[in-house]
Amino acid sequence: MQTFDEIDRRILRAMQAGQTVAGSEIARAVGLSPATCWRRVERLESSGVIRGHTIDIDARAFGYEIEVSLRVTLDKTQPDAFDTFIVAARRIPEVNEIQTFLGRVDVRLNVMARDLSHYQEIYRRDILILPNIADIESLMVIATVKDDRSLPL
Amino acid sequence: MTGLDDTDVVILRHLMADGSLGAAALARKIGISQPSVWRRIRRLEDSGVIQGRRVVLDGQAAGFGVTVFLGVKLASRGRSSLDDFERALTAIPEVQTIQHVLGRYDYRLRVVARDLGDFERVLRRRIIVLPGVGDVEANVLLSEETRPLPPLS
Repeated sequence: MQTFDEIDRRILRAMQAGQTVAGSEIARAVGLSPATCWRRVERLESSGVIRGHTIDIDARAFGYEIEVSLRVTLDKTQPDAFDTFIVAARRIPEVNEIQTFLGRVDVRLNVMARDLSHYQEIYRRDILILPNIADIESLMVIATVKDDRSLPL
Repeated sequence: MTGLDDTDVVILRHLMADGSLGAAALARKIGISQPSVWRRIRRLEDSGVIQGRRVVLDGQAAGFGVTVFLGVKLASRGRSSLDDFERALTAIPEVQTIQHVLGRYDYRLRVVARDLGDFERVLRRRIIVLPGVGDVEANVLLSEETRPLPPLS
């Protein structure tokens, strides 16, 4: 699966550090000609190592002050317990992350809300009626100390 | 309250999907002038709504096959030194996310590793050895999806 070498790794590290391919910033940092650097980046893109670019947004600017991590255990005796639960969870606009796990928790939903009463409304009106819930547990986020999706390449 | 309008939200949605889009490309997609898009992006960046742009790498393709979420409960003796605990965790490159939470656990961690053996090494040598760590629960990530932005409140 390892389809890249040390130079690729240095390119990826530079990109994770916020350097850009445009303007040969990365080529200089890694010691390649701009054309060679471009070719490598294109190969990393076509092989799927580089998926793309995104921006990080401050949810508070959207008026969302409350973030809750809901850990759900599903009733696995129900056929398609995961699929029906996830399809229904996608319809809740305030759910901004859906993850499935191997472990005590089956599915985690990340819920954003304006304030506690808004959260209570979402929880009662939308969350509790989701299908196949056996158990549900909430972790309310007090502070995000670190959120850095960089890989330790 | 938030100072964002619908055009800002459209710009943000486009940039979340493809953070490499420039003002010209965005202007074409949205149908407003390029200088106006540029001014809006500048304002969104300066006001902190856009916290940053980053490259998105595929963990699997880059050789990081395992993502584990840890729930960490502090032992009663650990509660006096939250700052030290957070500082030590932040310095571990495999720990991508640290959230201080309220509920069954005190902290939620997102840990990335090359494989389960690598994860065990990080867990045993770097995380469990930190002073104050009590009960730890691990759930291995199987799938995840990020949903679109919730509506403006």
